[in-house]
Amino acid sequence: MKALIALEDGTTFEGEAFAGSGEVYGELVFNTSMTGYQEILTDPSYKGQIVTLTYPLIGNYGVNDQDVESYEPHAAGLVVGEASRITSNWRCTQSLNDYLVENNMLGVHLVDTRAITLHIRSKGAMKCAISTTDLDPDSLIQKARDSQGLVGRDLASEVSRGERYIWEPEDKTPKQRRIATIDCGLKYNQLRILQRLGCEIEVFGNKANAKDILESKPDGLFISNGPGDPSAVPESVSMIQEIIETGLPTFGICFGHQLIGQALGGKTFKLKFGHRGGNQPVKNLLKGTVEITAQNHGFCVDKDSFDSDIVEITHINLNDLTCEGLRHKKLPVFSVQYHPEAAPGPNDSLYLFDQFIQSVDEHKDS
Amino acid sequence: MPKRDDIKTIMLIGSGPIIIGQACEFDYSGTQACKALREEGYRVVLINSNPATIMTDPEIADRTYVEPVTPEAVEKIIAKERPDALLPTLGGQTGLNTALRCAEMGILDKYGVEMIGARADVIHRAEDREEFKAAMASVNIPTLQSIQVNSVEQALEAAAEIGYPVIVRPSFTLGGTGGGTAQDEDELRKIAAGGIKASLNSTVLIEESVYGWKEYELEVMRDKNDNVVIICTIENLDHMGLHTGDSITVAPAQTLSDPEFQMLRDAAIDVMRAIGVETGGSNVQFCIDPKTGRMAVIEMNPRVSRSSALASKATGYPIAKIAAKLAVGYTLDELSNDITRDTPASFEPVLDYCVVKIPRFAFEKFPGSDARLGVSMKSVGETMSIGKNMKEALQKAFRGLERGVNGLDLKAEAVVADQPLEGSFAIASPDRLFRIKTELKAGRSIEELYKLTHIDPWFLDIMQQICEIEKKLIDHPKNTPLSHELLTEAKHNGFSDQQIAEILDCEEKQIREQRKEAGIIPTYSLVDTCAGEFPAYTPYYYSSYRSFNESTSSDKKKIMVLGSGPNRIGQGIEFDYCCVHTVMALREEGYETIMVNSNPETVSTDYDTSDKLYFEPLTFEDVMNIFENEQPEGVIVQMGGQTPLNLSTKLAAAGVPVLGTPADSIDRAEDRERCRVLLDKLGLKQPQSATAMNTDEAVAAAMDIGLPVMIRPSYVLGGRAMMIAYEEKDIVPYVEAAFEASPEHPVLIDRFLENAVECDVDVLCDSEDVYIGGVMQHVEAAGVHSGDSACCTPPFSLDDEMIEVIKSNCAKIALELNVKGLLNVQVAVCDGEMFIIEINPRASRTIPYVSKATNIPLAKLAAKVSVGRKLKDFDLPEDTPKTEWYAVKEAVLPFNRFAGVDPVLSPEMKSTGEVMGIDRTFEAAYWKSQIASYQNLPEGGAAFLSAKDADKPWIVEIARTLTDLGFSILATEGTANALAAADITAEKLFKLADQQSPNITDYMRDGKVSLLVNTPSGPTAREDEVRIRGEAILRGLPLITTEWGARATIDGIAHMADKDWDVTSLQEFFESI
Repeated sequence: MKALIALEDGTTFEGEAFAGSGEVYGELVFNTSMTGYQEILTDPSYKGQIVTLTYPLIGNYGVNDQDVESYEPHAAGLVVGEASRITSNWRCTQSLNDYLVENNMLGVHLVDTRAITLHIRSKGAMKCAISTTDLDPDSLIQKARDSQGLVGRDLASEVSRGERYIWEPEDKTPKQRRIATIDCGLKYNQLRILQRLGCEIEVFGNKANAKDILESKPDGLFISNGPGDPSAVPESVSMIQEIIETGLPTFGICFGHQLIGQALGGKTFKLKFGHRGGNQPVKNLLKGTVEITAQNHGFCVDKDSFDSDIVEITHINLNDLTCEGLRHKKLPVFSVQYHPEAAPGPNDSLYLFDQFIQSVDEHKDS
Repeated sequence: MPKRDDIKTIMLIGSGPIIIGQACEFDYSGTQACKALREEGYRVVLINSNPATIMTDPEIADRTYVEPVTPEAVEKIIAKERPDALLPTLGGQTGLNTALRCAEMGILDKYGVEMIGARADVIHRAEDREEFKAAMASVNIPTLQSIQVNSVEQALEAAAEIGYPVIVRPSFTLGGTGGGTAQDEDELRKIAAGGIKASLNSTVLIEESVYGWKEYELEVMRDKNDNVVIICTIENLDHMGLHTGDSITVAPAQTLSDPEFQMLRDAAIDVMRAIGVETGGSNVQFCIDPKTGRMAVIEMNPRVSRSSALASKATGYPIAKIAAKLAVGYTLDELSNDITRDTPASFEPVLDYCVVKIPRFAFEKFPGSDARLGVSMKSVGETMSIGKNMKEALQKAFRGLERGVNGLDLKAEAVVADQPLEGSFAIASPDRLFRIKTELKAGRSIEELYKLTHIDPWFLDIMQQICEIEKKLIDHPKNTPLSHELLTEAKHNGFSDQQIAEILDCEEKQIREQRKEAGIIPTYSLVDTCAGEFPAYTPYYYSSYRSFNESTSSDKKKIMVLGSGPNRIGQGIEFDYCCVHTVMALREEGYETIMVNSNPETVSTDYDTSDKLYFEPLTFEDVMNIFENEQPEGVIVQMGGQTPLNLSTKLAAAGVPVLGTPADSIDRAEDRERCRVLLDKLGLKQPQSATAMNTDEAVAAAMDIGLPVMIRPSYVLGGRAMMIAYEEKDIVPYVEAAFEASPEHPVLIDRFLENAVECDVDVLCDSEDVYIGGVMQHVEAAGVHSGDSACCTPPFSLDDEMIEVIKSNCAKIALELNVKGLLNVQVAVCDGEMFIIEINPRASRTIPYVSKATNIPLAKLAAKVSVGRKLKDFDLPEDTPKTEWYAVKEAVLPFNRFAGVDPVLSPEMKSTGEVMGIDRTFEAAYWKSQIASYQNLPEGGAAFLSAKDADKPWIVEIARTLTDLGFSILATEGTANALAAADITAEKLFKLADQQSPNITDYMRDGKVSLLVNTPSGPTAREDEVRIRGEAILRGLPLITTEWGARATIDGIAHMADKDWDVTSLQEFFESI
């Protein structure tokens, strides 16, 4: 089935639907990871976005029950070079094609994905409509223009489960620490890792209030990643501010990092086309070493917007020198823009979880 | 932190001659390393015996020693140059082993030389099986279990411990023969007994069987701050059990999910740390059980490798260059990514295309050898292709292989048409994919084929998809134009115009025209390391049929240079050298240069070499597409060997300006009849010759010319199926073989000039003036292919008068042919008369060697001539320089890989590479060339002499010299009697056929032989001769099979007796001119 991809700037690309049909809207972004499409699709941070994968051959190893990062796929659509028609992997339980159909998602292939990538690189991420029903370029371009963008949009509230619950442990061994987690669109792997490190996890919705969280007597606070504009959720920022001031060890990832940044007086801004992939070099300024990181963000914390007496920039992206991590100079609070939990991506930065646990334990002991 | 300033001079060890398993990828990496280190201000001292490399160009290093790559030579150079550091990781296994031996011998300590990149203990930990296992165990990475045994009983115990099935690998056998997989005790008894017998040291390795597992390779870089990045992941299409070098491989990995890939990534990093490679690149090989995902590490190489060259070309990340900079103290984040400029080298490349590598084999050169692929590498070259999907990349790679197929086409199926199923793909053959295609078309299921072949179903489905598109084309009604849709689909999936035309039974031209009319023309994308995330500045392109063309033609004047494609016997690194020099020269002349090649091992496909690089197959279609995209002023075809030359007529007919020697002159030289007319006109002689279309004609012609005659097929490369008939009874079988090698073409019969002196002459001409680049006198008499014979320039025994005759005659030919560029002439001198054997109006294999021997860059000058410069513009000497030194080129042959093949020199070329020995006398230069080509010439000991009656007179002479030198002589009866008649004492050994001890193989086994002179008894060697020679090769004993080779060797030994030798850099030689 033919599919048309239309962008708000009037550009169109042609392709064929390999899964699903109909019409979808979202911000068109690209991700350069060569593996991990299932994790990407189920990462809530892609809410409101149509993902173009730059690696052209997708679906080769199918999907399985383990590599899911949340309760359902979130991306608004998937654009690839060529979807594999067969799967080959010992863990595979289903084809990507069937998985998308089952989740009512539109997958388009036989698209010149490099042309899309180069376009976004030069013009920036932009609003997009994909349709198998409306193949008229003018009409679809107009629909792309009329669709909602991401700026100013609170998408975290759409993907956060909003409720309070204890994350079901994978193993039943007793846990030494209790971590309150604010779900802005969390990825399961963050919780899996914390659990492996001996944490019992209580999840709170992104609109939870500080009082409830503090009353649960956590040993630490973890703030997850999530989609949308971080400046669109001032209530989350003030809630975090309130908790941080109590001296509770706090660790944030991606969206959580952007919230912490704002809570510490910083500002966020939208990157031209964001960082999405598993090969981003980040320099740890404290250690002087480089870690290869998984990233997925369109917004960024402005590293020059802080009071340097309060906040220290701990990590920078070596490609564009933007802020990738920060810490409070006195309080046990730190956060990173990238994804140390990987999934998909390299495991170079797992140490950050250990660092968090250490800070939690120190706080507990004192 | 900046680079180290406590070191000033760095020594680099090159990889020596091109051999199977170690090809021009080390010229590529070594050249990059030299440039990178000099860029940082270090003084670079290089040793490499291979003159055909760019690396040994005198401009690349500060001091270039073309000397044997041995610890002795390294020590002499260290003593002279006093380097502060030695970088051992860029010269392949040869470089690594030589460096390690230098360390073990205490040479490095003695002179205070630091090993950088990888220390001796690191190399040892990576190379020693037990130490490696222990290191892996320390980081909990599984290895494959294996136990070395010497008896069937021990084998049974070992297998009980490991668990069946087990693989039996005999050590020390030719080409890995004699092993197998045992499922149970009974099988193991049989296989182990056979293996122990086949092994020359009665040892076999009992190894856990992972046959059919998947194989992956990761390229890793690490800096001194422990930053580690993975540059590329390569997946083998073929399963475990097939040497990676012989496997079809792809990048990136195709069938691993992210957690599985990350498991390999983490393991590779752990391996790197456990082995302790502090800085630089390494590769780590893994295998994975496709049923369970169980993983084990197979091996790691603490150095740049064939795979790292492939990874560099596949990703655009210059591994060798970065490795060199890391070795002198930089960290990855301090270095920038050349391609994106603004981003650092501390990142992991991502691809937005896929890459296929296919090896090229040369089994036809080694009749009688086992053409099955296995654990010992046998391929002689490789091609790489880049495509937007796997079908496109795979088909392009088959085109790029230059073996007469245009992708996975109908011709490819014909190759396997009468091969039995078992013979072609259940056991691996180079043609297995062709066979799989025919099976798929016959309706075999992917599941069934997976069971038979262990090729991942994902790849089998790629093949299936190709078959389906082909079916659509087959079903298309003949004589009606293809629909736009179908043609687009075919082109998207890598079908070539020729391949489509063949299916539709029409001309390639028709498809091409229809395609262009329909606007289906290729677009070119950049290889940019980052999948388009950042702007890229390096002009490295590949084609596909998509919407956006990133390669726009500039308004500069530009020239396209066609490369030589995959290495093969007869066409290798020498031609890449010529292409690289052409590009350099044209850049000097102010042209934008556009390089086209498909060989990932080469310097020419380094994105730094030319202004624009197109990584594409060298076919008419692919070249023409680039030509149309770029519109250059002309195309150079005379530098890349036969590959581009074969395209020249078609390109010229399509309106492409072919630069250099006019097409008609090429035809006058190559067409037999026209060549005869040309030589008659010039009053030059050639050996009497005739052509025959059938056996009767051939016999009549041969008898008319008079025996011996040379019999050869027409239109073949490298002396394929070329033989000398001494007796009437030989004529018929040889003629039949020639017809088989080139069916429906005439067989050529020439008078064979016995005991003639052959010479190669390289000539530079601008159609007005001539410069003789060099006269290279062959050491072996006529009858040995020029590519396999040793030669020397200046000539070592021809008198000056004859040399002048040769030179002036070659000059006459060049002028008559209106040559604009290079011309190679092969001449023979017989009884004081000169004969012309062959005229090649193109760059020859000897160009880099003669250029290095005389310090005249012939290829560069020829390139300049082809764009209109005149010889008088150059500062050339009047005549070939009369050098104060002799430069001897020696061929290196791959007999140790091909069991059952008689290791003798013949008119059919078999060598894979060459070395140069250079010194003040011919004898010393020749001696060095032998040492460099791994003939371990002895100073004394026992020499075994065995020759047919006709050879006995000179054998006696040699025996006398050897006796005078203190050698004892071993001989079989006939030879011993001849020696006794000349009063030379020889110890008599039994013939193998006598089945009595002691015979020569007993003596070889006991280490009682130091040299063998063993000439073939006749055109068809006896079985026992082949065994003796084969075993000598396997044991690494110096073996000489020709009279003149023997004389030169013995003279060399005599000359070097009681004498130390010294090393001299090319720069020192050239400064003395």
